[in-house]
Amino acid sequence: MSTADAAQTVEPTKGQRFTGWAANYVDERTSISGLVKELGRKIFPDHWSFMLGEVALYSFIVILLSGTFMTFFFQASMTPVFYDGSYVPLKGIEMSAAMASTLDLSFDIRGGLLMRQVHHWAALLFVASIGLHMLRIYFTGAFRKPREINWLIGFVLFVLAMAEGFTGYSLPDDLLSGNGLRIIDGLVKGIPIIGTWISYLLFGGEFPGEDVVGRFYVLHILLLPAILVAALGVHMLLLIINKHTQFAGPGRTNDNVVGVPIMPVFAAKAGGFFFIVFGVIVLIASLFQINPVWTYGPYDPSPVSAGTQPDWYIGFADGALRLVPPGWELELGAFTLSLNVFLPTIVLMLFLLVVAIYPFIEAWITGDKREHHIADRPRNAPTRTAIGAAGVTSYAVMWGAASSDLIATHFKLSIESVTYSIQALFFLGPIIAYIVTKRVCLALQKKDREIALHGYESGRIVRLPNGEYIEVHEQLDEYDRWKLVSYEDYKPLMLRPDAKGRITNGQRLRSRASRWFFEDRIAPVTRTEIEKSKHAEH
Amino acid sequence: MANDHEGTNPRAGTTVEKFRDDNLPGPGTGIVQTDAVENPGFEPFRARVSDLDPAKARANERRVSAFFIVSIIGSVFAIAAYIAFPIVDGDPGTIHLNNLLLGLGIALALLAIGFGAVHWSKSLMDGHDLVEQRHGTRGTEATRAKAVEVFELGNKESGFGRRTLIRRTLIGALVVSPLPAVVLFRDLAPAENPVPLLQQTMWAKGVRLTRDPSGTPIKASDVTIGSAFHVIPEGLNESEHKLEEKAKAAVLLMRLKPQDLHVSAGRETWNYDGIIAYSKICTHVGCPVALYEQQTHHLLCPCHQSQFDITHEAKVIFGPAKRPLPQLPITVDSEGYLVASSDFTEPVGPSFWERKL
Amino acid sequence: MANKPDTTAQKSTVRRDRGRRHPLATVALILVGLVGTGGAYALFTTSATAETSAQAQAQIDEGAKLFAANCATCHGLNLQGTTQAPSLIGVGAASVDFQVGTGRMPLAATGPQAEQKPVQFTDEQVKALAAYVASTGPGPAIPTADQLEGKNTAEGAELFRINCAMCHNVAGAGGALTGGKFAPPLAGVSATHIYEAMITGPQNMPVFNDANISPEDKANIISYLKYLDETPSVGGYGLGNLGPVSEGLFIWIFGLGAIVGITIWLTAKSN
Repeated sequence: MSTADAAQTVEPTKGQRFTGWAANYVDERTSISGLVKELGRKIFPDHWSFMLGEVALYSFIVILLSGTFMTFFFQASMTPVFYDGSYVPLKGIEMSAAMASTLDLSFDIRGGLLMRQVHHWAALLFVASIGLHMLRIYFTGAFRKPREINWLIGFVLFVLAMAEGFTGYSLPDDLLSGNGLRIIDGLVKGIPIIGTWISYLLFGGEFPGEDVVGRFYVLHILLLPAILVAALGVHMLLLIINKHTQFAGPGRTNDNVVGVPIMPVFAAKAGGFFFIVFGVIVLIASLFQINPVWTYGPYDPSPVSAGTQPDWYIGFADGALRLVPPGWELELGAFTLSLNVFLPTIVLMLFLLVVAIYPFIEAWITGDKREHHIADRPRNAPTRTAIGAAGVTSYAVMWGAASSDLIATHFKLSIESVTYSIQALFFLGPIIAYIVTKRVCLALQKKDREIALHGYESGRIVRLPNGEYIEVHEQLDEYDRWKLVSYEDYKPLMLRPDAKGRITNGQRLRSRASRWFFEDRIAPVTRTEIEKSKHAEH
Repeated sequence: MANDHEGTNPRAGTTVEKFRDDNLPGPGTGIVQTDAVENPGFEPFRARVSDLDPAKARANERRVSAFFIVSIIGSVFAIAAYIAFPIVDGDPGTIHLNNLLLGLGIALALLAIGFGAVHWSKSLMDGHDLVEQRHGTRGTEATRAKAVEVFELGNKESGFGRRTLIRRTLIGALVVSPLPAVVLFRDLAPAENPVPLLQQTMWAKGVRLTRDPSGTPIKASDVTIGSAFHVIPEGLNESEHKLEEKAKAAVLLMRLKPQDLHVSAGRETWNYDGIIAYSKICTHVGCPVALYEQQTHHLLCPCHQSQFDITHEAKVIFGPAKRPLPQLPITVDSEGYLVASSDFTEPVGPSFWERKL
Repeated sequence: MANKPDTTAQKSTVRRDRGRRHPLATVALILVGLVGTGGAYALFTTSATAETSAQAQAQIDEGAKLFAANCATCHGLNLQGTTQAPSLIGVGAASVDFQVGTGRMPLAATGPQAEQKPVQFTDEQVKALAAYVASTGPGPAIPTADQLEGKNTAEGAELFRINCAMCHNVAGAGGALTGGKFAPPLAGVSATHIYEAMITGPQNMPVFNDANISPEDKANIISYLKYLDETPSVGGYGLGNLGPVSEGLFIWIFGLGAIVGITIWLTAKSN
């Protein structure tokens, strides 16, 4: 462009000469120019929902920064000490060095409390944004080929984030987290055959022992972050290789990416967005208190607080435990099987497993081996959207169950009736959500069809010569219409004998699944239909 | 039209047809539409005010710089707040102030950079959408053939496929080699078997019931009807494994009217004139069950809402727990202090596989 | 708080005694305090009883009238109790002062438990009712102001965690009980009412008699609750002190909500 041409003729300034020299120096030693050429003008499509993964990435960076600050002050030790810091209601109380150093960090180090709160709020935001990012990927079908592996890696990141969260929550060794660990101990002991031993090894002896904080600390600041960073690297690498999906739009096809280049627009936007996310977290941390461990006090196996709950992302597990009706424990000869603890664990594992392998399930049902780079609008994949809604509902029900006591006190209900209702909702909620969502999707698709063919209601009423009143329908332009009509259509799989003339059970299952997946669908508008409707209007 | 740097026409028709041309894997149950609406191509570029009006562009430029200056002010403010609002010992209000002002300064500094940069990119940087072509993710046929060739050469030159003895023993060695690492973790916990530890507590015949946390003994006459005492065994505070012992031995002591208790056969001597002691550790996952309702005589666990009926020997009446809370047999000693008659007769706390052993 | 700890960064070290104060000093201090207040109390009561006995009788009579008019329907004219309400003989002045003084009594409607309402009587009327009920049988008395002065907040906090937090929550935010009952929040409850609740065990709350939690320790617990009332939450707004549930809801609704709002602005085309 004109500025570039001008630059060639003008003598370079001192700053430009230095930049040129430095770039040359680095390139001659790293051949980084190739990387810049490859990536510098890579295109990123612009859509708000494409920024959610970035929120997760940025919260993670904030977590790393604030966490590193805290490691300089925190002592990951359960050695008993007598607290002698400045918080009066704990003065002279025996507690672990971990708890005491957390209190010192909060009360005696300037900015220490801020860093703790930044860290904890960022952690909550980290897992929440991963959750929302996964929902975006799911509901737009962005997990389809070639991104199934990246979905799996993302899922691993989600699990790692939860593990990071839980280990971090336990480190201050306060009453709340101590009771959380106690519950984990009970959960682990409920695993048949090996549970007792796993708990014994985890806690370095009997619960609570003096080891678990030190061990969780190593997991929290070394092992888990290392795996997380590695998985994050692969996640981003695959994002670059696969290129980002985009929503259907004029000019956008499955074979191109339309958007802004990394240099400079996206870099400025994404870089600026990092500072915004960081700023929002610091703003929240300076205004809103989180995890006041001094109120909870040091861990002691005897006391407990009303409203003992884990951080939100472990809530669904706690809720699942609460939903089990009385009496689910078996005695198998001399052995005890705690189904009341083990069964919810299994249900949660299955839930997570289904989340992890969903892309492969859907690929098997559709048999679709093509690459998909156009993100679906959720309504255009009604069954998938409905399954997602059912999944979200069951997660939400379990999550809600984890606050059953707070629901009871805040809405003046009895804890028993709240629990019974949530138990019923656990089974009915997902079914209702599935049916309602599917119908809503189909209705929206029908509406899209109407609008694509006949335009939208303009609100203008016209009286015809024969006295009839009609509302004028405004036709869409071809760009807006394209957004409504460009989606793919599928038909259920036909059951056909294979080469040997047999129909296997696998095929039967697949065709049944395919019928379930695609039997209710609205076909996209065709060219012929548009032509017809045009003639009808005139 | 949008800038098309690659010089290809984005009017590519439907995706399905495109893939057919590329001879790539099939659509499965996807319908190949022949009558699909055609992609209309890019919308005309809509210029922004900054593109049209140099004055507006200059205003935006000033706005972006203003953001960055505000950021500097925020940072300076944060440093000033750090120095000017120190934490005064014994005054929690100063911690609040320090946290608030330091945080607000940093937040301002960060947010202003962020909003400035984004505003810059949105209003002043080139606003055209660019297009990049995608290529199938799989390597080209030539590359793939080359990769296969590399593997084949590797196989041929090493004899990996041919020399089965080497291959099998290598796989065997690799499988076995991590086992020492697994074994190494055995000493995460002490050598002794955990099961007997879980089956006993500090309670024994003659051990006095004492108040938590002071460890002072309790006279039977202290426990009036409607009372609830949180109890630890005598000597717990001096115990070497205080928390581990407390995690098993914590007890709740209550007094009911003797006629309200439904005592089963064999437990007649376990209460003392309506004074009863139950393990505080939930039989579900081990939270302390300490919410005692003195009129309904229900015990509630605040973690998962299991409820136990104290009049019926802590039978579960609601929630996920299965087993009643273990009862501690108690009596009084010659001085009138409450003592245990024995340890619990079953393991306390959450169930575990070897519980009945 | 007279002995301010020094300001070196590392405050907590393993079982050390700085020797700033001899351990026995606390004991001595408490002894002096006890003897002092006890003596003063004894002096005050012996000299005052004779003069106030006539006044007291008038108060009891006033209380009897109020009782007959407002309470006797359920509790019986002679406090013997009916099928609807328990006997009040021997419940003591503390119990009446708590139940009536917090507006729980007279009961407006039957429910899982008596709810706090606007107080129906003036302070004098409450005291008169309490005096009347106390005159019919011995029971816990209304605590005097000096009984409510705690000396050791830390000990109070520890006892609060062990004896109270499981129902009332560590921050005194309240919590759920069975069958729609609940342990009320403790913020702003007067020291007298907290003390009375501990000694009388209103409704389903267990009784914490003086053998269980000594009067000094009750005062310590109160001093901790007052500390919570008076101390600003250091980290900023406390979100109701409800712990991780309110924190989780906050980050989803406001934290992520704000950020999603920003992403929409971020990716919208500039005009």
